[in-house]
Amino acid sequence: MDGFEVIAEGFARALQILLSGDQGILEITLLSLRVSLAATLLGAAFGIPIGFLVARKDFRGRSVVTTVINTLMGLPPVVVGLVVYLFLSVSGPLGFLRLLYTPEAMIIAQMILTFPVVCGITISSVLSLNPKLKETLVSLSAPPSWEARVLLNESKLGLITAIIAAFGAAISEVGAIMMVGGNLLGYTRALTTAIMLYTNMGEFATAIALGIILLLIAFGVNLFLTYLQMRSRVRRTT
Amino acid sequence: MSFLECRSISKSYDGKHALKDVTFEIEGGDLLSVVGPSGSGKTTLLRIIDGLEKADSGEVLLKGKKISGEPFLHRKMIGMVFQNPVLFNTTVFNNIAYSLKFRGEEGETIKKKVEEMLKLLRLHDLRGRNALTLSGGEAQRVALARALVYDPDLLLLDEPTANLDPYNVSIIEEVLQRSNREQGTTVIVITHNIFQAKRLAKNVAFLLEGELVEFSDSAAFFASPRDSKTLSFIRGEMVY
Repeated sequence: MDGFEVIAEGFARALQILLSGDQGILEITLLSLRVSLAATLLGAAFGIPIGFLVARKDFRGRSVVTTVINTLMGLPPVVVGLVVYLFLSVSGPLGFLRLLYTPEAMIIAQMILTFPVVCGITISSVLSLNPKLKETLVSLSAPPSWEARVLLNESKLGLITAIIAAFGAAISEVGAIMMVGGNLLGYTRALTTAIMLYTNMGEFATAIALGIILLLIAFGVNLFLTYLQMRSRVRRTT
Repeated sequence: MSFLECRSISKSYDGKHALKDVTFEIEGGDLLSVVGPSGSGKTTLLRIIDGLEKADSGEVLLKGKKISGEPFLHRKMIGMVFQNPVLFNTTVFNNIAYSLKFRGEEGETIKKKVEEMLKLLRLHDLRGRNALTLSGGEAQRVALARALVYDPDLLLLDEPTANLDPYNVSIIEEVLQRSNREQGTTVIVITHNIFQAKRLAKNVAFLLEGELVEFSDSAAFFASPRDSKTLSFIRGEMVY
């Protein structure tokens, strides 16, 4: 069977899986979604406020911090997986938590990947705001809490982009979750780790089918986020 | 005690004087026009009064209190309208409401006061529009509304009608005069336009190269200026 036939069979298999509602595949899909969405939300929960503070506060070493965060945006998932593995392994400093080979460990590893993405894009979005916005807020006597709220609202287009990029990084990575999750069937097997497994087993059609499902999920989530992004644009009515 | 007192204000940028020993005072309810050519220090003076910039020397007292002491509390009594206002990426209604939310106002009070401002500045039809889609004149009216909505004691305006069409100029001038006359708001307005100063002001200050050349009531300023430079400026003979 040549490559094209494998791909065609993969599409047929994907259709079959989608129509049959295979329980095993459904579990894998839901786990992938749960882990990546949780990691994205946690990455955003830490990345947005920290990115905002880095962008707004003038402190010594700010450019170094920004450079480090920007560098971490390209963090290799395998390295993250290795470090998290060493921390969570029985002899590691956090071994007592017994999180290794659990979905929680996968969320931690992916969160470490999503955090710098959200943080870096937040810094860039807030820094690119009109400097006169801050002056206007000062002139209107906006308290610091309101100032942050208004400036984040002004940056929302960039913040949604950050979340889209972070989710993309999380849902598509395999190295980190493979190392800390262990690809255990029915417990820590995600779509990407399953694709890798089926490829190694030579079951290319199933691997392609899972790849198509992965793309459909990413498309669905991004469709929603892009809708929010488009809504936050300035709509010119004249 | 004067409402606003500027005592020996000086300010330099990169060794170049923007303001030199500027001293004047105004009473509550005044409508002062600050005129002068570009680069004469008008905007710097307004920014110092608003607490956005610090003077190198001298002090500003509002109702007898130094603004440098508590700029935040002081600023709550002041409304500022910039020449090119920056509006927020939300509706016209919300842009005006923000000023009240910043001051802890809530629900019905906000709605009532914002509606009053929309009516006063003829912005009713635009209440739901994104403020970033407005024309220059409409944006300036929103900026004025958000500065007036919290009923400031002192309203500062930096060339609020520069480059606006006569319709928007007339609305802004009318609102400024009403606010000054009916609410007793003290107004300081910077303008290049001496006709506008003549129409609006009770007192006029003339700044030239950072120095206060003349300060007098409007009638005297235009009819019999004391300084030859003022006369030259009024006659349009000053090249700048």
